[in-house]
Amino acid sequence: MTAPTSLLTPRRGTTGRHVRNRVATVGIWLALFIVLVPLVAVIGSVIVKGASSLSGNFLTQDINKITNGQKLADAFAKVAGKQSTQDGIKPAIVGTLLITGFATLMAVPLGILGGVYLNEYGGKNHFARVLRFLTEVMTGVPSIVMGLFIFSIVVVKTGFSLGWNVSGFAGSLALGCLMLPVVIRATEEMLKLVPNELREASYALGARKSKTIVSVVLPAAAAGIVSGALLAVARAAGETAPLVFVIGITRTTNTNIFSGGNVALSTEIFRNALSYGSYAAARNRAWGEALVLIVIALTFTLLARLVTAMFTRRRAA
Amino acid sequence: MHPTASQTDIVEPVTIDASSGRVENGIHLEVGDPEIFERDDPTRELVFDLERVQILYSGVAAVTDVNLDIASREVTAFIGPSGCGKTTVLRSLNRMHDTTPGAVVEGKILYHGEDLYGPKVDAAEVRRRIGMVFQKPNPFPKSIYDNVAYGPKINGRKRGDLDDLVEQALTRAALWDEVKDKLKRSALALSGGQQQRLCIARAIAVEPDVILMDEPCSALDPIATARIEDLMIELKREFTIVIVTHNMQQASRVADRTAFFTAELNESGKRMGLLVEYDTTNKIFTQPSDPRTEGYITGRFG
Repeated sequence: MTAPTSLLTPRRGTTGRHVRNRVATVGIWLALFIVLVPLVAVIGSVIVKGASSLSGNFLTQDINKITNGQKLADAFAKVAGKQSTQDGIKPAIVGTLLITGFATLMAVPLGILGGVYLNEYGGKNHFARVLRFLTEVMTGVPSIVMGLFIFSIVVVKTGFSLGWNVSGFAGSLALGCLMLPVVIRATEEMLKLVPNELREASYALGARKSKTIVSVVLPAAAAGIVSGALLAVARAAGETAPLVFVIGITRTTNTNIFSGGNVALSTEIFRNALSYGSYAAARNRAWGEALVLIVIALTFTLLARLVTAMFTRRRAA
Repeated sequence: MHPTASQTDIVEPVTIDASSGRVENGIHLEVGDPEIFERDDPTRELVFDLERVQILYSGVAAVTDVNLDIASREVTAFIGPSGCGKTTVLRSLNRMHDTTPGAVVEGKILYHGEDLYGPKVDAAEVRRRIGMVFQKPNPFPKSIYDNVAYGPKINGRKRGDLDDLVEQALTRAALWDEVKDKLKRSALALSGGQQQRLCIARAIAVEPDVILMDEPCSALDPIATARIEDLMIELKREFTIVIVTHNMQQASRVADRTAFFTAELNESGKRMGLLVEYDTTNKIFTQPSDPRTEGYITGRFG
């Protein structure tokens, strides 16, 4: 046996390790920096450009048509180096909340039930496999296709369509169809994580399957399901493509989502940025709307985190 | 090879009187030990009677030809090496296999003379009467109170009597003093031993007839194990207990009767569990009639 060498003498083949470590560390920091650039740039520019629009009655007034007078005022303002005239986006805020809210009401309960079926009842049977496959396909459907689908079977007045004309509800249907597979998958994944021992413990006390699911399995998975659903809501709230040709348009707040055109923040951003792109008033309005939309989406995301944290803390206590 | 009295270091040697030995259910019972005689009283009340029970997973038999009866208010232990089917047999006693896809129970299991797998038998009611404590403590992620109250609640107990019931169950499971000030706290904050006693309290709370325990102490330290063993002996007064254990000392300490299972290769080369010997614990540990039992309890496996 050889005498033990000092801990300070490097073992053979370890000298390159420090160099590799340094290179990897620098690489990782660099990667982080590169990822942060677009993130900071997007949020930063929206905040900087959007914040100036959030003045006065921006959040509480109806949308005004950008008139010739306004265009003129705009030009004057530009010459004077001042902010152009503003008006409100209240109809878009109300529309986004109502349309997303109704989509959530339809998609989340249905999605949770679907996830429960897949994990607790269907398992590996043929119907469940087909359902799971269709859910995956539905997740991959581009949002504009979902919009077209709703447009062709609900909105237009030809062929096999229901012909209900444009409405906020048509938008809710389109967003709901987008959210549904996400909620189903999230629910199934969360239920998979519930240990089977808990189900068995419940059965061993004389509980039936339905009772076990409602009283033991779903509460155990609640944190994950709720945060999954809220993330789906946050994503849906920002969707533009499925809404842009099914909800129509309005300049005044329309709280009846079942009839009449409606408007959402996302579609307003699209229209303002596109149609009136050359006018400062429209551009500013779009930036303001973008900021409001980001705040709404962020609220849902934070809510999701809060709910998860609440459940985890309660469990650990 | 026949066991000799020299191997009886665990329990007092049994007096054997071969001339008056009798045979019942294929098990040779010795006369002379008053304790044995008392338990082998033909009038003892049977809770379970298993006849030619075979349990298959996806068409493959995991354990075969199990014949045994389990008497009321006794502790019956199932011992044997891993994979010998003792847990599989245990789970057939409260129809737990119903929830496992592909599991089939063949043969006859009578519970108080009734066919446990009869077409009109309600599996949920079976499990209410025949409770189960699992290998890994599995409290619900709820409060201590809600864990115990869950069973009575789903079985239709009124909210009014729940407080008393929870206290009673926790007291009988020797846990009340430790948790009475934190009933609303999460059950997951308890130690492993406390969690297992909570699971026992939860099982007791629905007032079952039988409690099945599947290696209830395998995840616990010796002190927690000793508490659960004391508890079992205490609970034997009110409940019939069937316990699966890897720990032979545990079986010898708590069980009135012991069944030894082993796994052997069958004709087609598949490992299959079978019941080797079933007798009073005293007999199994001092005078096993099968060399395989003797080999196992003396530490020579196989």
